[in-house]
Amino acid sequence: MLDPPQAAMTDHARIRNFSIIAHIDHGKSTLADRLLERTGAVASRDMRDQVLDTMDLERERGITIKANAVRLHYRAMDGADYVLNLIDTPGHVDFSYEVSRSLEACEGALLLVDASQGVEAQTLANAYLAIEAGLEVIPVLNKIDLPASDPERVVAEMLGILGGKPAEVIRVSAKTGEGVDDLLEAIVARLPAPGGDAAGPTRALVFDSYYDSYRGVVCHVRIVDGVLRSGEGVRFMATGFQAEADEVGVRRPAPEAVAALGPGEVGYLITGIKEIDLVRVGDTVTTTARPAPWPLTGYREPKPMVYSGLFPTDGDDFERLREALDKLRLNDASLVYQPETSRALGFGFRCGFLGLLHMEIVRERLEREYDLDLVATAPSVEYRAHLTDGTEVAVRSPQDLPDTAVVASISEPVVKVMIITPSEYVGTVMELVRQRRGEMGEMTYLTPERVELHYRIPLAEVVFDFFDQLKSRTRGYASLDYEPGDYRRSDLVRLDILLNGVPVDAFSSIVHTDRAYRRGKAMVERLRELIPRQLFDVPIQAAIGGRVIARETIKAKRKDVLAKCYGGDITRKRKLLERQKEGKKRMKMVGQVEVPQEAFISALRIDE
Amino acid sequence: MSHSGVTVRGVASPDAPELADAARSWRCAYVHVPFCHRRCPYCDFAVVTPEEGGAPDRFGRYVDAVLAEIEMAGEWGPLDAIDFGGGTPSRLPAADLGRVVAALRDRFGLAEGAEVSLEANPEDWTPPTATAVAAAGFNRVSLGVQSFDLAVLEALGRRHRPADAEAAIDAAEAAGFRTVNVDLIYGTSGESMASWAATVRRALDAGLPHLSAYALTVERGTALSRAVAAGAPAPDPDGQADAYEYLRAAASEAGLVRYEVSNWARPRHACHYNLATWAQGEYLGFGLGAHSHRAGMRRRNVRRLDVYLERVERGELPEAGRERLTPAAREQERLFLGLRRVAGAETGTAGSALLDSDAGRRLVAAEVIEERHGRLRVVRPLLTDAVLREIPVVP
Repeated sequence: MLDPPQAAMTDHARIRNFSIIAHIDHGKSTLADRLLERTGAVASRDMRDQVLDTMDLERERGITIKANAVRLHYRAMDGADYVLNLIDTPGHVDFSYEVSRSLEACEGALLLVDASQGVEAQTLANAYLAIEAGLEVIPVLNKIDLPASDPERVVAEMLGILGGKPAEVIRVSAKTGEGVDDLLEAIVARLPAPGGDAAGPTRALVFDSYYDSYRGVVCHVRIVDGVLRSGEGVRFMATGFQAEADEVGVRRPAPEAVAALGPGEVGYLITGIKEIDLVRVGDTVTTTARPAPWPLTGYREPKPMVYSGLFPTDGDDFERLREALDKLRLNDASLVYQPETSRALGFGFRCGFLGLLHMEIVRERLEREYDLDLVATAPSVEYRAHLTDGTEVAVRSPQDLPDTAVVASISEPVVKVMIITPSEYVGTVMELVRQRRGEMGEMTYLTPERVELHYRIPLAEVVFDFFDQLKSRTRGYASLDYEPGDYRRSDLVRLDILLNGVPVDAFSSIVHTDRAYRRGKAMVERLRELIPRQLFDVPIQAAIGGRVIARETIKAKRKDVLAKCYGGDITRKRKLLERQKEGKKRMKMVGQVEVPQEAFISALRIDE
Repeated sequence: MSHSGVTVRGVASPDAPELADAARSWRCAYVHVPFCHRRCPYCDFAVVTPEEGGAPDRFGRYVDAVLAEIEMAGEWGPLDAIDFGGGTPSRLPAADLGRVVAALRDRFGLAEGAEVSLEANPEDWTPPTATAVAAAGFNRVSLGVQSFDLAVLEALGRRHRPADAEAAIDAAEAAGFRTVNVDLIYGTSGESMASWAATVRRALDAGLPHLSAYALTVERGTALSRAVAAGAPAPDPDGQADAYEYLRAAASEAGLVRYEVSNWARPRHACHYNLATWAQGEYLGFGLGAHSHRAGMRRRNVRRLDVYLERVERGELPEAGRERLTPAAREQERLFLGLRRVAGAETGTAGSALLDSDAGRRLVAAEVIEERHGRLRVVRPLLTDAVLREIPVVP
């Protein structure tokens, strides 16, 4: 039988688990910093901005990529001591599954909205996730100190989503700390304490995991039922993997080992496991001594949305790239990859990502943290080719598309897109969506000035610069969120690009027939600008099957020499040539043609 | 018999490999004269205008400092060539120029038939000046003609008129200089092909033994680069290639032999100071911003006039920096310099590595370079840097 809860564990009536839902730049990390400071978790002298965002990239971009959890101790006005677990979640659409797992670990959420900006699509999508997960949501209006703020309009928007009265909206300035005490009181008073069966078999939700080179995989867990003790045998129910709990603990934010975690508590679990594959976000941890009969619901295999080929500029770096991907994957189970060979780019990997941001982050981390020079091919979605013999083939790269003779039809993934925009831009947004082959769905006025629009748009159209276009056409006011939908048949063809008469697989793309000519023309024009002049004339052609639909020529370069080189210029000239040589390293030889890496990245990101 | 290659000098064509290679063992001196009436918009050399403290009353003090710097140099010589560059060396009175030549001769000695050369601007170069400069020991003059089109001269910020340039050429010939060179610049914005062709014709009609022609280049930090950044037209490389090819054909027809990317000469008139620098020969530089290369060390002087004067007057070397190349970098540099010459360079380890590389094979296939009898040559001079960029450092 189970021992009674130990003194180390917190009475679950005194626990509040919550996360903060906010759009980028609406002040989530600043509010988290203030909460840490107010509750003494971080001494003022140790305070720096974005305490919880430890990755360089997170701090630079001002975003949260990895979830994080911190335990705060708070003595409320009622005189009682509370444990507040702040579960920090990523805010981007690419990581919505991670968000949903983090929310699952909470009873409440703060919906944080910038008083000068208003509700954004991402916030709304995450707020809906929170409501669906049965969380109590406290609306929090931030940046009330800013002169440009428009609190009444924004409060109306928030209440339009959540219901309730204006008085229920907590008004804060995360920057100055104004209103933060009211917020802490509201967290204690309004958010429910966690439930859970203390005497039942242990069930803990893994809501995040990361790899520590000394300790192996560290999981963030939320105990739902029972107790998780240090030294006990544990089992990960989805993967079936068993291990011993080397250490359980809490982060305040520095890690602090405890003997056990009881129901409602949030902490970490270290088992000495080195393979992140064995510890999946969303999995349920139970004990080997008394395994739970059922896992917690909601575990899902991570599903890539976009694919791209990553190739080392220097072919000798292939093994280093493999090692780097293996290491990155230790921290990111959603990254999938398999070796791929390109005639143009040599050996590399076809990688699957949760979205474009995820793709950019992975590429940037590979280049920065592992010192690799990479060429990334244009992102592709997963098409399905229906063959004449009745079978179906997954097409993750234009090269996978079988010969047109055996393809009966092709279908493509369609996503459900939600856009929130000021009503004056509705026409502009509709025009963009029409160009991107979207289908109109519902349209709801949040307030007379702000509209929520729903569409179904082919994912391929969303991943290519749709977000940038939406932002620029609405002066940055519209926001976007999307979730996977289904597949739909479409009139698609493979567009090939030939450089100097040789097809360059990395430039191939699958496009809608109606758009093929314009895209082909735009591609060859763009490539003519991106590829420097060579020693000979280089024709660039766009072709469908064997039929050339557009053509440009890069004229041979005629002059490439400095006119003068005298005694005084020698050192300078040598250094100049060395710099230029360095620049050439970022070129890739394709056949006899030197192609800069930017060409691979930007050639397919074109607005025709 | 001196080491100076006098015998080679006597017989060789400007593009002869024997001459190019002999220059490796020559010893030269360079004297920088930074004074200019004003700074030309494309120039990034160490230059001081009267407004910047380079008025004529400063000349004497500067010359004294150069003489003091010459005195500080160790035992060396004799000199195979002396070159006065600038700036505008012809701004200095002939007497001052003569003092410096005499000091160099006294300190290092002059090899038999040594070249003593001076850059001059046409507006300074009157018959009396030419005669006085010849008497001061100079046997070569290089005239900054640039163009015979007034509009182009104005665009380049030059002060002389086309007629001044012709008068200057006549003055130089009358004064008995062994070699007279004119410098031309092509590819100036607004210069048409017809204008350039006329300039080339007039330069060639003068029948001179040496010609240098440089593509206008946008150097960082110049007025020209600021103008281009602000939207002024940049030189068009294709237009410059056309201009170059025109000159190449016309010069050849006129009996001039190209021996470097931008230099043409008749037999026995190749510029020795330049041949020495392209062969990694040794030279000592004196004066503001001057560079030296001796005993494997490349050194450069300070570029600020007041700092230069103070340092030298305190008895200190006015050195601003130095660099010693690794043997591998030196081997690479040998080709960086040598491949600018029509004679090319011995293939050597760097050249073999280039020929063995994919890039090298592509350059051979595209007929940009060729190797014959152990020598590597650039056959298409306008693509020289495309070759140099591919030369590997072989450890």
